[in-house]
Amino acid sequence: MTVFNDRIFGVVMVVLAVAYGWGALQLPEPFGGSEAVGPETFPLLLAVVLGLASLYMIVRPDPDNAWPLSRTGVELIIAVVVLVLYAALLQPLGFIISTLLAVGTLCWRMGAGPRNAYATGGIAGVVVFLVFTFALDLALPLGLLGILEVN
Amino acid sequence: METLGFLMDGFAVALAPENLMFALLGAFLGTLIGALPGLGPANGVAILIPLAFTLGLAPETALIMLTAVYAGAMYGGRISSILLNIPGDEPAMMTCLDGYPMAKKGKASEALAISAVASFMGSLIATIGLILLAPLLAKFALTFGPAEYFALFLLAFATLGGITGKNPMKTVVAACIGLMIATVGMDNTGVQRFTFGTLELYEGVDFIIAIVGLFAISELMFFIEDKAGGGKAKMVVNKLKLSWKDIREIMPSSIRGGVLGFIAGVLPGAGASLGSFIGYTLEKKVVGSKGYFGEGDPRGVAGPEAGNNGASSGALVPMLTLGVPGSGTTAVLLALLISLNITPGPLMFTQNADIVWGVIAALLIGNFLLLVLNIPLVGIFVRLLSVPPKYLLPVVTMVAFVGIYSISNTTFDLYFMVAFGVAGYVFRKLEIPLVPIILGLLLGPEMEKNLRHALDLSDGDWTTLWGSGLAIGLWVFAGLGLILPYIVGPLLRRRMNNAMKEVPVSD
Repeated sequence: MTVFNDRIFGVVMVVLAVAYGWGALQLPEPFGGSEAVGPETFPLLLAVVLGLASLYMIVRPDPDNAWPLSRTGVELIIAVVVLVLYAALLQPLGFIISTLLAVGTLCWRMGAGPRNAYATGGIAGVVVFLVFTFALDLALPLGLLGILEVN
Repeated sequence: METLGFLMDGFAVALAPENLMFALLGAFLGTLIGALPGLGPANGVAILIPLAFTLGLAPETALIMLTAVYAGAMYGGRISSILLNIPGDEPAMMTCLDGYPMAKKGKASEALAISAVASFMGSLIATIGLILLAPLLAKFALTFGPAEYFALFLLAFATLGGITGKNPMKTVVAACIGLMIATVGMDNTGVQRFTFGTLELYEGVDFIIAIVGLFAISELMFFIEDKAGGGKAKMVVNKLKLSWKDIREIMPSSIRGGVLGFIAGVLPGAGASLGSFIGYTLEKKVVGSKGYFGEGDPRGVAGPEAGNNGASSGALVPMLTLGVPGSGTTAVLLALLISLNITPGPLMFTQNADIVWGVIAALLIGNFLLLVLNIPLVGIFVRLLSVPPKYLLPVVTMVAFVGIYSISNTTFDLYFMVAFGVAGYVFRKLEIPLVPIILGLLLGPEMEKNLRHALDLSDGDWTTLWGSGLAIGLWVFAGLGLILPYIVGPLLRRRMNNAMKEVPVSD
């Protein structure tokens, strides 16, 4: 049983607390001169509390939960990359195509057959698009499919 | 009877056709959310908030719908406990003990019906409790000054982990992270803090993005890790044979469970898990050797189920009257209130009386709707249980994307949400609880405002924070909330586990 997770996280949090506290001290004085409590008071309080609690985590860590390695880890990274790409491509490709790709890929990577996976993505994309556009009157980007639009 | 008048007004709001329709929709969606694997109540309500926004619903309609979702999710959680022996969330754990054995004996639909009736009774009792207690507490809370509020917020954080919580220090760390994120942006004197010159951060971090990211995206990642993509076995539910006598028999258990649950829900730090646990143990004690607990005694289903639902309605008391939620899901409901520009707390009872009482009335109506929905429609919910997560979760994630995107139509928010999701995954791996982070995000601005207000009034004298008897009392309870888990926590957890083990789950 290892105890590295909490220790490493504790160190990261101590660094964060110090950086955040230092940042709070650099804040400019508010207009009208300084008062008993300024914009830096509450952040400083937080920095101290976080620092102390993190030190406790370093001194008395809980046993680790295992991190997923090898294949599962790769799958997780794929999932995050898919989500980032989904966000990036939502506007250029349009909602329906990007949803087809993103939901399809996620379903597929989670173990569905490719055909079922992309069918789910496509259907979900079209249904949500239609519901948003016609029932809720909200515009989702059409993207590439914009050329099909009847003017 | 001032209260009665307000309640009548509330019914007028809740019974407006549009509100009633959304209450029904919410109750249905809520039951689905509760029943489906990998979608807890907090998660489900969070995903629906942006949608309620973009729909441009009136504040009371949005709140009524999401309260119905909340109530429905508590109903739905029991379905998988009974049929699959897998509790949908922690409070539903005790329902497994007798519910699953009943299902194995071929009495699945009786167990489901009994639990629906018990849930109804629990919620009903607790809602009546809410109606009686909330105005009193709100009136009392009007005497709170800024120092008392500051101490009250501390109490909320300290007891959030509950006395069964594992490591209170991690709650402190989580609360600090949330509060720190809340300080990003312009403070109330107009000073820019921690924005690093990024225009998108000037108005602070939108907590809805954070909530959806932390809950929904991290849930997806956990499912990928567990490789739990496959569906669950289909369950066959028998035809319902329930007589009035059966219902009469579980009534005392339901009432006891509901009352206990309500008390556990109102008290800070107890929560629904404890409510259902106490509900179950008390039933066992009261019924004694005449019962056959653990082998499918209907009273063992009714007690904890009523306790669970009583606690979840009880948890609305501190949320509505003090603006201090006691659980993850009520925290998400608080997020909705704040984003609707309604300041929760005692003033809400006077300034937004129509909304508060509308919601309370909606809770009562929602309960009837749920009871009516649940008994005949249970077959549909059961069928939906077998939807494999590998299709469900990507679609849920997509709905989260659409919801966040439609708030401001920017991609920046989506990247932010994914980042919160990854952070949420790491936090959960480290057993850093997510709810204090969210509560920190929500309460941060109010907490700082009260601190500054209190210190301004006293000219920078910090002792003012514990200057009154009430404030000292709150500080003491906050301290106890952090210390007790070290003493009582392991003991209670062991008991709950023993109760689980005692039941011979023979396959």
